[in-house]
Amino acid sequence: MNAGNSTAPSLFDGLSAIVRRDVLLAWKRPGDVLNPLFFFVIVSSLFPLAIGPDAEQLRLLGPGVVWVAALLATLLSLNSLFLGDFEDGSLEQLLLSPQPLPLLALAKSMAHWLIGGLPLVVVAPLIAISFQMSVDTIGAMLLTLSLGTLSLSLLGAIGAALTIGLNRGNALLSLLILPLAVPILIFGTRTVSLAATGDAYSAGAYFLGAYCMLAVTLAPFATAVALRISNE
Amino acid sequence: MWTFLHKLASPPHFYRLAAVLAPWLMVPALLLIAYGTVAGLFFAPSDYQQGDAFRIIYVHVPAAYLSLLAYIVMAIAAGIGLIWRMKLAHAVAAAAAPLGAWFTFLALATGSIWGRPMWGTWWEWGDPRLTSELVLLFLYIGYIALRGAIDDVSRADRASAVLALVGAINVPIIHFSVEWWASLHQGPTLIRAGGPAIELTMLYPLLAMIFGFSLLFGAMLLDRVRSEVLSRERRARWVRELLLPGGETA
Repeated sequence: MNAGNSTAPSLFDGLSAIVRRDVLLAWKRPGDVLNPLFFFVIVSSLFPLAIGPDAEQLRLLGPGVVWVAALLATLLSLNSLFLGDFEDGSLEQLLLSPQPLPLLALAKSMAHWLIGGLPLVVVAPLIAISFQMSVDTIGAMLLTLSLGTLSLSLLGAIGAALTIGLNRGNALLSLLILPLAVPILIFGTRTVSLAATGDAYSAGAYFLGAYCMLAVTLAPFATAVALRISNE
Repeated sequence: MWTFLHKLASPPHFYRLAAVLAPWLMVPALLLIAYGTVAGLFFAPSDYQQGDAFRIIYVHVPAAYLSLLAYIVMAIAAGIGLIWRMKLAHAVAAAAAPLGAWFTFLALATGSIWGRPMWGTWWEWGDPRLTSELVLLFLYIGYIALRGAIDDVSRADRASAVLALVGAINVPIIHFSVEWWASLHQGPTLIRAGGPAIELTMLYPLLAMIFGFSLLFGAMLLDRVRSEVLSRERRARWVRELLLPGGETA
């Protein structure tokens, strides 16, 4: 690629090209999107089978179950965030491109959220209904899940970049990212639980928003550094 | 000043300096720990509420303190290594991680043993500090696992350094979130070890233990960095001359 060429695309074109390309690739190969999604649905439905059909108990456990399942499903799709690009060499082209790498990393994270996070948010109400959640609670869950999965896409990109090309990458990625995801899980589940009992739940939602902003600001830089380290 | 730092960063120089320095930390560490153990276990008065069970704080508090200190040392060393590409700093970070993980484990184990007579349970999720320590242990495990998964030393150094720095930003957030989470439960009202008025005969052994553990950490860290340096520089000439006197070639 001719870095610094006068015909280099503008910053915005570059970023939107990455997002469009990733979404298009996912559209053409729907398995990558559907597998984590089915995983999410199936894991969530295992819990009532394991615990029993008692409605009161399910209502109590619902927020935690949905959140943990969403966390694991996101990790599943994160593993392939840079894998395809790494294998066909386009990752190296990204590293060589004239656009600033942190912004490209941000675009990759956004694309991952559109492919891996948003479908979870869309499907979540179905699971929530089976866990006897009220409409209000589902609203709180959609809000926190959106913010939480977006933060996870950004945070997880760091881990995905660090583990590119390593064997055992999948389990390793979980080891790296899950401890860091504890605040997201805590604020996500507690917010939904508070909404379920009719308490004020804005504090947790505000915190998730703040965490998301912090992740948007800082995580792409760490991802960029990690990408350079993994591709030398 | 700069020449001193440059000399310090040179592996052979550090290797020799650390060998001289380590006993100077180890001996006072053992003395302080010996005093703290005897005075804490036998001479400090029993707590009026907790009886003799409180005595485990003489191990628990220093271990918990060092689990955090080791993470800070690791993150700072990792940052220095990443920014100034200083190999020795990476060696320090690599050496600090397992030590920190063990101190974290020790803090968890002693906290759990203390919890048995105090709370009537081995594990109390409602206590934010125990839960944060557990997440800290997971962070250490992730760091060590990432290091172990990468064969190339230089990549392992820098990749794990990024992880250590990301973790360092997250540690306060995790602690805050766990505290917020625990405050929503109506957990048992904890007896906070060490209110403002702690008996001096209780306090002195505790301070001795904290300083003793810190010095012990320093001594063990120096020792581990020495072996780390040796294994990293095993192809360098000075290591060969050191280990194979007489100039043989291995």
